[in-house]
Amino acid sequence: MKIHVTINGAAYERDVEPRTLLVHFLRDDCGQTGTHVGCDTSSCGCCVVVVDGDRAVKSCTMFAVQADGREIRTVEGLADGGTLHPLQQAFWDQHGLQCGYCTPGMLLTAYALLKHNPAPTDADIREGLAGNLCRCTGYQNIVKSVQQAAGTLGHPSAATA
Amino acid sequence: MSTEPKPGGSLGVAMKRKEDPRFIQGKGRYVDDISLPGMLHLAIVRSPYPHAGITSIDISEAMRVPGVRAVITGKDLEAAGLGWLPTFHGFDKQMVLAIGKVLFQYQEVAAVFAESRGAAADGAEAVHVEYAPLPVVTDPFAARTDQVILRPDREKKTNHIYHWEVGDKDATARALRTSPRRISQRIWFQRCHPAPLEPCGCVAQFDAMGRLQFYVTSQAPHVYRTALAIVTGIAEDKIHVISPDIGGGFGNKVPVYPGYVCAIVGALKLGRPVKWIESRTENLTSTGFARDYHMDVEIGATDDGRMTALHVATTADHGAFDAAADPTKYPAGMFGIVTGSYDVPAAHAEVDAYFTNKAPGGIAYRCSFRVTEASYAIERAMDILADELRMDPVEVRRKNFVRKDQFPYQSRLGFTYDSGDYQKALDVALEKIGYKELLKEQTAKRLRGELMGIGFSTFTEVVGAGPSKHFDILGIKMFDSAEIRIHPTGAGIVRTGTKSQGQGHETTWAQIVAEELGLDPQNIMVEEGDTDTAPYGLGTYASRSTPVAGGAIAMAARRVREKAKKVAAHLLEVGEADVEWQDYKFQVKGVPAKSVTMKEVAFAAYTNMSQNEPGLEASYYYDPPNMTFPSGCYVAVVDVDRETGEVKVRRFLAVDDCGIIINPLIVEGQIHGGLTEGFAIAFMQEIQYDSDGNNLNTNFTDYLLPTSLETPHWETAKVTTPSPHHPIGAKGVGESPNVGSPAAFVNAVIDALSPLGVRHLDMPITRDKVWRAIRAAEAKTALA
Repeated sequence: MKIHVTINGAAYERDVEPRTLLVHFLRDDCGQTGTHVGCDTSSCGCCVVVVDGDRAVKSCTMFAVQADGREIRTVEGLADGGTLHPLQQAFWDQHGLQCGYCTPGMLLTAYALLKHNPAPTDADIREGLAGNLCRCTGYQNIVKSVQQAAGTLGHPSAATA
Repeated sequence: MSTEPKPGGSLGVAMKRKEDPRFIQGKGRYVDDISLPGMLHLAIVRSPYPHAGITSIDISEAMRVPGVRAVITGKDLEAAGLGWLPTFHGFDKQMVLAIGKVLFQYQEVAAVFAESRGAAADGAEAVHVEYAPLPVVTDPFAARTDQVILRPDREKKTNHIYHWEVGDKDATARALRTSPRRISQRIWFQRCHPAPLEPCGCVAQFDAMGRLQFYVTSQAPHVYRTALAIVTGIAEDKIHVISPDIGGGFGNKVPVYPGYVCAIVGALKLGRPVKWIESRTENLTSTGFARDYHMDVEIGATDDGRMTALHVATTADHGAFDAAADPTKYPAGMFGIVTGSYDVPAAHAEVDAYFTNKAPGGIAYRCSFRVTEASYAIERAMDILADELRMDPVEVRRKNFVRKDQFPYQSRLGFTYDSGDYQKALDVALEKIGYKELLKEQTAKRLRGELMGIGFSTFTEVVGAGPSKHFDILGIKMFDSAEIRIHPTGAGIVRTGTKSQGQGHETTWAQIVAEELGLDPQNIMVEEGDTDTAPYGLGTYASRSTPVAGGAIAMAARRVREKAKKVAAHLLEVGEADVEWQDYKFQVKGVPAKSVTMKEVAFAAYTNMSQNEPGLEASYYYDPPNMTFPSGCYVAVVDVDRETGEVKVRRFLAVDDCGIIINPLIVEGQIHGGLTEGFAIAFMQEIQYDSDGNNLNTNFTDYLLPTSLETPHWETAKVTTPSPHHPIGAKGVGESPNVGSPAAFVNAVIDALSPLGVRHLDMPITRDKVWRAIRAAEAKTALA
């Protein structure tokens, strides 16, 4: 089936098998390998992308054909040119990652979380990230990272300071 | 605490990680991100039976599936001399693809090569295998009876794999007999699985020169190269192993798995690159599990709580093949650390391992070989002893600690502990957690019938394998290596035989080099995981990177410094004997004003070297004189809901002594992560088999990992006793929290339940298990 998908602002037109999952479409057909696969049961959240601006979706739960006509944001589309997104900067500053495998999914889930709740409590963040597994960090520094990013996004002047 | 990297003085700086920019931008390169032109995909047909003869394998339908290019079976591999794979320590072998029969559910039976992932999966579905079920043995105590012999391929017709023991059996038995007080308890450390978020996988390609290019999720790339050369007969120079970025390992990515061999065979047979990426289910059901030790622990003591003897007899379940990852001469790894932090006058430990119809493994899951099992056994048993004696578990521990003035301490089970200060770590912990206030609160709550528990674990680890006189894998001694090149402008590169899987080597290794040479860590590149460029090393597991490779890096840097000193002497126009290294610079002895920096010396080494050999580089193969012995005092505070059995971890404090710290940011991150895995093991993670041999925990909906919601908040503190024999005094930390914490959690829960008369529960401590224990205790009280 022919589909048209916008990924990080760029248009992709591809012919895909109906059974192709969005995550495999992103990785295998469009070369966007920043989105990862960590399980077969939609449990781990390594594959989370943002659909149509503010919806965090596990891209293994969506067929590529369901993304037809939609806009997808992946980890490759978070930075603004050479400037890291405040979430990326915060994960780096706060040691919010170790092996890096869950990181893209964490970033995109947090991205959508902050769109809906720009000033979350630690408990809000922990609840918001509960669909994303991390085996390395114990989550504590991830929560700190999201808090830092919330602060930066809430105070744009701080971002450039 | 300084966070800014600076030239020299790099040790102890909480420098942000150098590897992070690629990971936060989705530019990491994990094995599944590698795609080669013409690449085929491999899918594996697996057995639904745990024990069955293979009557027939019909591949004809699979070969008709569009895109399928080949199917191979065990018979094909056997004909090519590749039917079996030696296991880690070389004492057993493992079928690559089943030959004649299957021995565990999900065992590899056939390999399907196809043009796409989908076609390979379709092809695997279309392979028809007929099985003749055989009697199943899932219990090592049943295996012990030898009523069903699982491995008739072996010379000895028994399920017993080995007996191993250490210590003085007779003296221990005597001491136990004559001890006024005695406890005994069977303590089971359940089978669990490391489950790194990235599953295992590889891409195999024979290049135009017929050389194997092998990209693989390996924690030990050089060992893989040598093992592949031995297994396949390909000359070792024709094998290039590349471990790209690895999404967590935790011991799971140490063994060589059948899928890797199949990918290589397929690439050779079909003349095209082959990718194999296992699914999560394949990861949990067929690659290296951990633990599964049934430990019968006996302690003898005096009335006032002095230990007189320790005996531990373990029954180990190794599954279908003896693929346990332990050094060759140590089939039960470092289990001899089971005397822990205590000066026990008589001790004896023994392990008997058995085959069962379960997946093979027995890997060191985020710990030095079998250290978590040992640490859990002694720390759990110390609480049982305290309960028997009606003493505070803190006091029983304090009474038996190896004292600071006893180091280096010779344990009864053969280890020489390098350094430690157990009393101090305990004191720091008691003060920080507010033990006295907690005890008061607990007393008040108990009067109200509320269940609150405080649990301690004052553990000692043994890591950094290790001295070559003791430790080897397939005969290769467990040294590690570093090669440093300093470029003319004072930047440089360090290569090691280790491989980071998230531990942050690209940062910490640069800090060691920078510290030793007075250079900027931002300009020291770290490269690992490529066997063509890195010096030979044994890899990253068992907390050996910093103790072994970290030592190699410091020693290689000192060799660079020796050479640089000659150039410095030339620049300073004095004899070499008159030059000293002070404050990260070379200076004329006693004349700080006359000095040159390493950067200046580096430039001169290529431009103005006088009679000295040009260039500035060195390598070092470091054979550590001893292991290192990190230790810690962990405290868990829990509240147990009497009605539902729910355990809430209210506080958790980890006081760690990992010797000299290279990067406190990374050390703290490692502690958080290890505690979270320890929490998972204590409360959630278990690979269970039913009596028919079915694996019940085949994915993340059944094999539970903690999320951000249930993971507690971690508090950390430290004490520092440098390792006296390590070049920079470091001991390693990545595994301490996973080794030390399970006992603290369980001890806290049992402490909470102790008013009800509960003395022990096996992990994982599920809500259901706690609820049943409470109900059983209440029923008993009602009857009394």
